[in-house]
Amino acid sequence: MTPLMLVADDFKAPGPSIFDFPPLFDGAPYWLTKPVLMALFGAVVVCAVAWSAFANPKLVPRGMQNLGEMGYQFVRDQVARPFLGKDAERWMPLLLSLFFLILLWNFFGVIPLIQIPVASHIAFPIVFAITIYVIKIYLGIKHQGLGGYFKNMMFPPGLPKPIYVLLAPIEFLSNLIIAPFTHAVRLFANMFAGHLILAFFSMVGFWFLFEKPTPLGAGLGVVGVIMTIAMTGFEMFIEFLQAFLFTMLAAMYIGNSLHAEH
Amino acid sequence: MTLAATFLAAEGESPLLPHAYELVVGSFAFLVVFLVVGKILTPRIQKTLAERTEAIEGGIKKAEDAQAEAQRTLEQYRAQLAEARQEAARLREEAREQGAAIKAELREEAQAEARRIIEAAHAQIEADRQQAFTQLRGEIGRLSTELASRIVGESLEDEARQRRIVDRFLEELEGRPEAVR
Repeated sequence: MTPLMLVADDFKAPGPSIFDFPPLFDGAPYWLTKPVLMALFGAVVVCAVAWSAFANPKLVPRGMQNLGEMGYQFVRDQVARPFLGKDAERWMPLLLSLFFLILLWNFFGVIPLIQIPVASHIAFPIVFAITIYVIKIYLGIKHQGLGGYFKNMMFPPGLPKPIYVLLAPIEFLSNLIIAPFTHAVRLFANMFAGHLILAFFSMVGFWFLFEKPTPLGAGLGVVGVIMTIAMTGFEMFIEFLQAFLFTMLAAMYIGNSLHAEH
Repeated sequence: MTLAATFLAAEGESPLLPHAYELVVGSFAFLVVFLVVGKILTPRIQKTLAERTEAIEGGIKKAEDAQAEAQRTLEQYRAQLAEARQEAARLREEAREQGAAIKAELREEAQAEARRIIEAAHAQIEADRQQAFTQLRGEIGRLSTELASRIVGESLEDEARQRRIVDRFLEELEGRPEAVR
């Protein structure tokens, strides 16, 4: 039994319980928790920032409008146009709202004091995924017809007949059941895991440097601090990437429903 | 994974199960953002971006139009210049021809005038000569008759006398101015 082992035995790694939040204060309604408050706060901030950028846009942009246009053009050029082509402008309101809100909610994971990515509570990604799912099916049936939609989905032309025995159920499953599930879970899991990793390393640093400082444990604590800093940078990248990916998949689903795959 | 299992078992509540109230809050937040950002603000920035594109394209178009206009004017000027040069050359040629014609005409006129004057002079001289001849003829006859009568009237004795008669006659002639004329 070394001292390190003794201390490490006392160390308790953060688990999923760190995602459980009690009501904000005594007597508050049970639903008024930190993630809920942050979700609402994020929505307000997105609206306020977007308002300051786009409320009164000028032909020659300055200040916030430059920033807003950067975001707008990123979503338009990297997300909407590649998947929606000439329909890109029509779907920009949805995609832009989606991207901005998810991005800010994700960034809450690394903003001091807030430090909770809203999407690490699966309810929020589910709201987005279901919205896109409903739109996807509605558009598919509207533009390709009820039969046409399922036929295009399950029986893409140009394959040998026996393949369809395998392909049709796989396509049905992947499009209607797995796609919305992974759409939501991908965002949720990334935020969940990222937050857990950050919590773990910061806990290591805090525990071994402040809570129970020992000569042997100090090295481990320093590693924890360094890893926390490095992972925070990495998390910011992941948070951006997941917001981008979620929006991109939304655009892809909508695009596929508007035009049957060739 | 036992770790995952302990996670799931630990709190009795799976992180994969959504809280109903969070679904409601999430929907509400998304709806608000969609209405404000999507429905109100996105059309505004889209309109502005479209206007900007139009303004830039309009500017380019205007510059192209101006250039085309300048080109057209230049061509026009060139055409006019060429035309003017041609016109000038034509006028010069015409003037030269006209000058030559006028010169020829004048020369002809002058020659005709000269001929006319010469002819008139000839005619005048002839007339004068005729008149002088007629007058002279009458005068000579009369004078000869007078001389002859004098000679016959005087006796022609000697040569000295005759000479005197002639001399006297001639002196008389000189003394009569109208006879000399």
